[in-house]
Amino acid sequence: MKRNWALTPYLIWMIIFIVVPLALVVYYGITVNTDSGVAFSLSNFKRFAEPIYLRVLWRSIKLAIISTIICLIIGYPVAMILAGNSFKHKNVMVMLLVVPMWMNFLLRTYAWLTLLEKNGIINSILGKFGLPMLNILYTESAVILGMVYNFLPFMILPIYSVMSKMDYSLIEAAEDLGANSLIVFRRVIFPLSLPGVVSGITMVFMPAVTTFVISRLLGGGQFTLIGNLIEQQFLYVGDWNFGSTMSLIMMVIILISMLFMNKADGPERSGGLW
Amino acid sequence: MAEHIIELRNVSKDYEGTEALKGIDLKIHKNEFVTLLGPSGCGKTTTLRIIGGFEQPTTGEVLFEGVNISELPPYKRRVNTVFQRYALFPHMDVYENIAFGLRIKKLDEATIEQKVSRMLSLVNLSGYERRSVTSLSGGQQQRIAIARALVNEPEVLLLDEPLGALDLKLRKEMQIELKNMQQALGITFIYVTHDQEEALTMSDTVVVMSEGEIQQIGSPVDIYNEPENAFVADFIGESNIIDGIMLRDELVIIQGKEFPCVDKGFAKDELVDVVIRPEDIKLVPESEGILTGVVESVIFKGVHYEMLVKCEDYHWMVHSTLMEAEGTRVGLTVLPNDIHIMHKMRTSTASQEVEVGHE
Repeated sequence: MKRNWALTPYLIWMIIFIVVPLALVVYYGITVNTDSGVAFSLSNFKRFAEPIYLRVLWRSIKLAIISTIICLIIGYPVAMILAGNSFKHKNVMVMLLVVPMWMNFLLRTYAWLTLLEKNGIINSILGKFGLPMLNILYTESAVILGMVYNFLPFMILPIYSVMSKMDYSLIEAAEDLGANSLIVFRRVIFPLSLPGVVSGITMVFMPAVTTFVISRLLGGGQFTLIGNLIEQQFLYVGDWNFGSTMSLIMMVIILISMLFMNKADGPERSGGLW
Repeated sequence: MAEHIIELRNVSKDYEGTEALKGIDLKIHKNEFVTLLGPSGCGKTTTLRIIGGFEQPTTGEVLFEGVNISELPPYKRRVNTVFQRYALFPHMDVYENIAFGLRIKKLDEATIEQKVSRMLSLVNLSGYERRSVTSLSGGQQQRIAIARALVNEPEVLLLDEPLGALDLKLRKEMQIELKNMQQALGITFIYVTHDQEEALTMSDTVVVMSEGEIQQIGSPVDIYNEPENAFVADFIGESNIIDGIMLRDELVIIQGKEFPCVDKGFAKDELVDVVIRPEDIKLVPESEGILTGVVESVIFKGVHYEMLVKCEDYHWMVHSTLMEAEGTRVGLTVLPNDIHIMHKMRTSTASQEVEVGHE
């Protein structure tokens, strides 16, 4: 390759800000502080295997999976309608989907607090119509709601992107060969949209499984997720070693799920964001 | 059974105010190879898509064996289409692409396998069953697209510029193959192209279209030799189109000179379009010509030379196997049989400009 020197600044950047921090996390993750100094130890991994932590891990994964599925169920039809030929104001709609992402993530999540509060907006409206109160704040449902609300665009956009690039003549060809709209969807549109679905799932699942803001705000203190645990270790407990161990475990989990998703996507396809 | 397999009755199509088709009437016989020919935007593809069911006509009706099918969706019509860019399913291999229509009909696997392999041998691609369609060349994809349509044994096969993306040599081969297939299978082909040579080579009937209207329907020979108007003459092959005045039956005045011809029935002194094919003009010594002019340019075209001869304000295009050098003064003659006289088209004022034909 010619002009290798052009890569040098990027290489330096990557070493300083990616490789070195990663190495530090690994270093902290596999060591412990003893009275006689730093020592190699896997005791933090053992500690993570305790039921209390495993329960947190399981809850994180469970909530992330549920949110991802809900995002997919809501997002797929939206993406399909947006990408459809008949939809005239698609640019406005796509814009409206993206605009909330320009607003601060914390603010967006915080807003749900006031909406969901016992005397919040939703409950006062429900009350006016004599309907039962909605008390989901500080429950799993609220956390899932927050995740779906925040991450839904990440599901819609990649699917929309793949679908709007889809060759319309493929759909016509399928109809021409005798397929009604159900078969067209099942045998042509859905398989061809899979790269977008895979991207969407990855892009929703990853932030959902590591979030700590949503669970802290909407789950109260009661729904500790793995993200909160790591945050606590670093910010409040000061046990960087255990925090790093948990980060490593999360990285491995995400890596495995990504490999799994890539496999599902098949080797030849492209068009998604990954 | 109805005499015509497909019939269009006064079919028109509006796209948000622009008229793509202006009341088309067309009857297509069983087992006919019909080509819709015209420049881009003439409505030929729209006509095909209306027959396929992908577009609804704004007015008029489409009949299939005498039955109105205008309202039927594509998947209920007994026609199949070969799309311009083939539209093969990229997520399926060759076998599954061809089997697509058969699977919808829920045929058993043995029958499907037998039909698919018969189709593959018809298009000379046996052994390609498990290949990915994206790994195939343009010509191979083309054949798969044809196989995928034909395996459903349609009554009518619609082809939308199917050879447009292929190189010249392959295109010529596929033209012959398609024609052979059509004759062997006895299926009605409706073929859309803008390539007049392709249309003349393959068709039983050519439908020349322009600006949403049918200009002429006829056999390739008729269309070429007896164009009905200046548009057809100009579009089919290269032509000299020039103003003339009918002096009387069988005598026309072109550029002030009298030319004997074979056309009758025009009014005396009627202003007409005269069409003369470039290969029908003979270059003779200056003294023997009816018209005289100067050779302005000579281009070698392989089989013949293409020369532009300037006579007063008109450039005649002449094809000849013998070359006259640039700047030579020559005479021009035309046999009476080779002069085609046509009524002026209502709209044509532009066609009297210097016509240097197409290509």
